[in-house]
Amino acid sequence: MIFEKGILAAITTSPRKVPSGIAVFHCDDEEELKLVSSNLEYILDGIAHEVTPDVFIIVKH
Amino acid sequence: MNEYVYPILLGVISGTLTRMYMLRTDYRQYPTHLHGKIIHIALGFIAAGLGTIAIPAIMEEEFTAITFLTLAASQFREVRNMERETLSRLDGLELVPRGATYIEGIAMAFESRNYLVIFTSLLVTFSYLVFNFYVAIIVAIVCFYASRILMDGSHLGDIVEVEPFPIRFDGAGLYIDNIYIMNIGLRSRQEQIMEYGMGFILTPKSFDAQTTISNLGQRQAILHDMSTALGIFKDSGNPALAPLAKRDLDDGRVGVFVLPQVKDEEKALEILRSVPTLEHAVRMPTESKANKKGRKLK
Repeated sequence: MIFEKGILAAITTSPRKVPSGIAVFHCDDEEELKLVSSNLEYILDGIAHEVTPDVFIIVKH
Repeated sequence: MNEYVYPILLGVISGTLTRMYMLRTDYRQYPTHLHGKIIHIALGFIAAGLGTIAIPAIMEEEFTAITFLTLAASQFREVRNMERETLSRLDGLELVPRGATYIEGIAMAFESRNYLVIFTSLLVTFSYLVFNFYVAIIVAIVCFYASRILMDGSHLGDIVEVEPFPIRFDGAGLYIDNIYIMNIGLRSRQEQIMEYGMGFILTPKSFDAQTTISNLGQRQAILHDMSTALGIFKDSGNPALAPLAKRDLDDGRVGVFVLPQVKDEEKALEILRSVPTLEHAVRMPTESKANKKGRKLK
């Protein structure tokens, strides 16, 4: 299956705000959130988007 | 040797020279490597040969020989397919792809160039046989320039005003003026984009131009040309560093965001203005009957 577009992962400091069904990375603070997002962006070849300051998603475009 | 040898020779030579002359304009569109050049010059030579024998064939009352020209037509349609296939396959490996509309335009140009060669050699042989050598030379020169003019399509600068515009971030959103480009979450990425990014706004001069630049293929061609000419600050696995062009829905202006390796504003403006307007992207809504009858579109 070719993955056209989709959310690959979500990174958050507020777990209850993220829907289930995707890989969620729980972080303790904003600094860790940015670090994890940056690493995942490189690993997954996606773009880290800021949904709200405490929820980031990695999207493949 | 008969009376047709020199006219045919001159026709073939002028046709092939025309093709070589037109090959110069391919720099941006096609890798002008030796093999690519040889293929096109060889095909140009064949086209010239086919065009040039049409007139002597008629004079010899060999009317069926004209059907050879249909063979030429199918042969050159094949050239178009070949170019399309090659470029499409290579497009997947480009950091900023050309896009299907641009590729189709290039393929079409290759096909039509061969027809221009056929016309050139046909007219040159015809004028040699009907008049004399000197008239044929004049006709060849005229065809030379006519081919050049016919090959030179219109450019983006003809239909839009281009001006540079600073890029800015509003939260995670990247903007050029009020045009939203994309969401960049990471601060480090935002800093890279602010350092290397450049923004431009294309303001259409007419309603037709507005529709033309809204075409996704046309916008992709703009991004490709900019990234080819100025280089690009991007690698595979860096999808966040992507040049993009987005529309302002209110007035049809297009914001172009690029990440050039060489940040030269003057050069960038010149490149933007000389991006070809793709034949498949050009729209003429003002030519529709409804618009002619009723309230004019502006």
